[in-house]
Amino acid sequence: MDKDKLFVSSYAPYWHNGSSLSVKSYNIMLAALPAVILGITQYGAPALGVVAFSVSFAIFWELIMNYVMKRPVTIGDGNAALIGLLFAMLLPANTPWWVVLVGTFIAIVIGKQIFGGMGCNPLNPPLVAIAMLMLSWEAMLSFDEALVNYDLGFYMAYPLAALKHFGPDTLYHYSPGQLLMGQQAGAIGTTFGLGLIIGGIYLILRGFIRWEITLSFLTGVFVTSLLFYVSDPAAYAPPYFHLLTGYTLIGAFFLAPEDASSPVHFIPMLIYGACAGFLTVLIRNIGAFADGVVFAVLLVNVANPLFDKIRPKALGKGTDHA
Amino acid sequence: MTKKPFFGFGRPKLKHVRLDHLTQPEIKPIPLPARLTVFLHHAAEAKDLGIRSGTPVKTGEKLPYKGIGGYFVSPATGTIQGISENRTYTDRRFLAITIQVEGKDKWDPQFTEAAQSPGPETALDYLAFLPGISDFTSLISRDTPLHTLIINGTDPDLLILTNQLLMNASPEDIKAGLAHLSKVSGIDQVMVVVPPDLRTQAEKTGAEIRVAEPVYPHTLPRLLVPNLLNQPLPANRPLSDLRVGVISAEAVLALKTAFTDKTLPVEKVISVIDKENRVTCVRARIGTPVKDILGALKISTQQGDRIALGGPMTGQGVYSEDMPIMHDTDAIFVQDKRRVIPPSDSPCINCGECVRACPARLPVNMLVRLLENGLYEEAAQRYDLLSCVECGLCSYVCVMHIPVFHYMMLGKHELALREATEEFNG
Ligand code: SF4
Ligand code: SF4
Repeated sequence: MDKDKLFVSSYAPYWHNGSSLSVKSYNIMLAALPAVILGITQYGAPALGVVAFSVSFAIFWELIMNYVMKRPVTIGDGNAALIGLLFAMLLPANTPWWVVLVGTFIAIVIGKQIFGGMGCNPLNPPLVAIAMLMLSWEAMLSFDEALVNYDLGFYMAYPLAALKHFGPDTLYHYSPGQLLMGQQAGAIGTTFGLGLIIGGIYLILRGFIRWEITLSFLTGVFVTSLLFYVSDPAAYAPPYFHLLTGYTLIGAFFLAPEDASSPVHFIPMLIYGACAGFLTVLIRNIGAFADGVVFAVLLVNVANPLFDKIRPKALGKGTDHA
Repeated sequence: MTKKPFFGFGRPKLKHVRLDHLTQPEIKPIPLPARLTVFLHHAAEAKDLGIRSGTPVKTGEKLPYKGIGGYFVSPATGTIQGISENRTYTDRRFLAITIQVEGKDKWDPQFTEAAQSPGPETALDYLAFLPGISDFTSLISRDTPLHTLIINGTDPDLLILTNQLLMNASPEDIKAGLAHLSKVSGIDQVMVVVPPDLRTQAEKTGAEIRVAEPVYPHTLPRLLVPNLLNQPLPANRPLSDLRVGVISAEAVLALKTAFTDKTLPVEKVISVIDKENRVTCVRARIGTPVKDILGALKISTQQGDRIALGGPMTGQGVYSEDMPIMHDTDAIFVQDKRRVIPPSDSPCINCGECVRACPARLPVNMLVRLLENGLYEEAAQRYDLLSCVECGLCSYVCVMHIPVFHYMMLGKHELALREATEEFNG
């Protein structure tokens, strides 16, 4: 036998559809860009600073953890950068750098790495960080306090806080068109509704996120808020308001469909999304927090292993067949 | 054809190519090589063979060995040059018998006589290695009789065109083969399945025609047959549980050669897939080394390329060009080393692509986690590992390039071993 001419012999298949984690991460970041860019043009250098810090710190923590845990360096796969970007998008523009440092530490180290890294995180890493910050430094994440020095030419009260404190009477300040075009106070990357929707649809069409989760999440928000609204229009905001304010859209397209913390089967995906949407509105309307997305998504993250127990009968196991 | 489309949010859509994809419409004959190798599985040891180094053999001569049928057939005339005992990577023993070929064929006369009386006995006695089917004898000698035979005019894996080409080229010969098949098997009910473009040709066989959409993995017999019959196949049970047998169009043609032309079929038609995914069908003597076939087609290879016996989704990788083709090798797949995608040991990110792609509706994301940790029994009991139909799509779509399919097969293999040990100790 010709020993100098050996062939590579691994198991079939020998073709691959060409997908990879880095392509996926960078595409999700690309899809987030319109919203981020609008945030930066509105809030200027501080917003750019937060985004830049967050992405670099996230990569920095990932690298540190790679060394500490003696694992291969994984910053090239873009996931840490993506976590950093998403985290920045959830912050007010003038968040101090040390909050970003601590937040990315929580996201990367506590949210992702201590569970075993990529794919093992039971919760959405940026949301873990935001939740911890909300509980520890509430003022940092109160958009009205954080953005007090800004006047961008539109009504500068954070819509969900306004709703919480003054009821639906204040809603005449916010038209759906304004909300869609980012004419609202809020976090750096969450106010430009149209940008998020376009980015999200791009991700769905390219197969980078699971449309079932996004769609059921938005449906959950819509239906629940509609029920509240119909029951008492004087006390509750109409559905469009819930859909276009706070973290709803970034949650639907970028947070809830995060891979490791969400289900993969069809019916579980629908239940997961719908529950997250339902809880979001419930927390907003009767809970203590202005926005409900963070805890709603984290809660369904926790329940995810249960949801994914519902799965179709495998081939040859049931009475049906393919 | 192998890439995820730019907009790709559903299952992968892998359509089979049609006959016009062939580089030439005819089957190219491969000259008889200087040396042939026959692999014998199930064989105990070299000493159980009735031959040794230096024994002269004739083309079509039956040589005894303890295995299926109790014999094997020499595909050429020459002398036995060597017999070696080997093990597959799953630790199964097999014998490799090398024959030094002596130019022109001298045919062993036994079969020509036996073929005067075509029937099940003759088939059992001579046709255990019928080209195009892995074990013909088990199709005709069964405790529980089959009620239908499905003649497969489709090809299971992508870029294989062997059966389709033969169905297109010689439906009349297949018709003749079918007559012998029903005599040999005693089964009258036959069904010919072809892709839509071959329907008209297939009708010339006179049999009942069924059309199958040429989309992978639905051309794999485990999916194809239950679909055709509209009957579910229980997980991990053989197709014969549905009381049907599947035989390729090529094997039916080989039966015609055997009983109409009264010569033992010793050649195999193979789809050779080159580095640019072009396909050429060749006819080669069983036992011809891959090297000779690639040489005849001027396909050059180098260290680090990939060669598989079979198609791109399910073929068996080989590490040397000296590997021979066997009586049930459908294709040779050659891949340039620049296109070889190395598997990775990355963790599963739970993206769910494999779950979307899996035709057996398996929770592949969970199975990967269990199988990586050797929890084979749990994988089978809680997550239906044994329902896997072995299509390879899970690896094909995996974002992390995990060799998912390999894990599935490893799990099944380990379980089968444990079962065998339990029975043995039992
Ligand atoms: S090989 Fe993979 S995709 Fe195909 S049936 Fe088995 S688990 Fe499912
Ligand atoms: S495709 Fe790969 S990474 Fe994605 S869930 Fe399946 S095994 Fe995991």
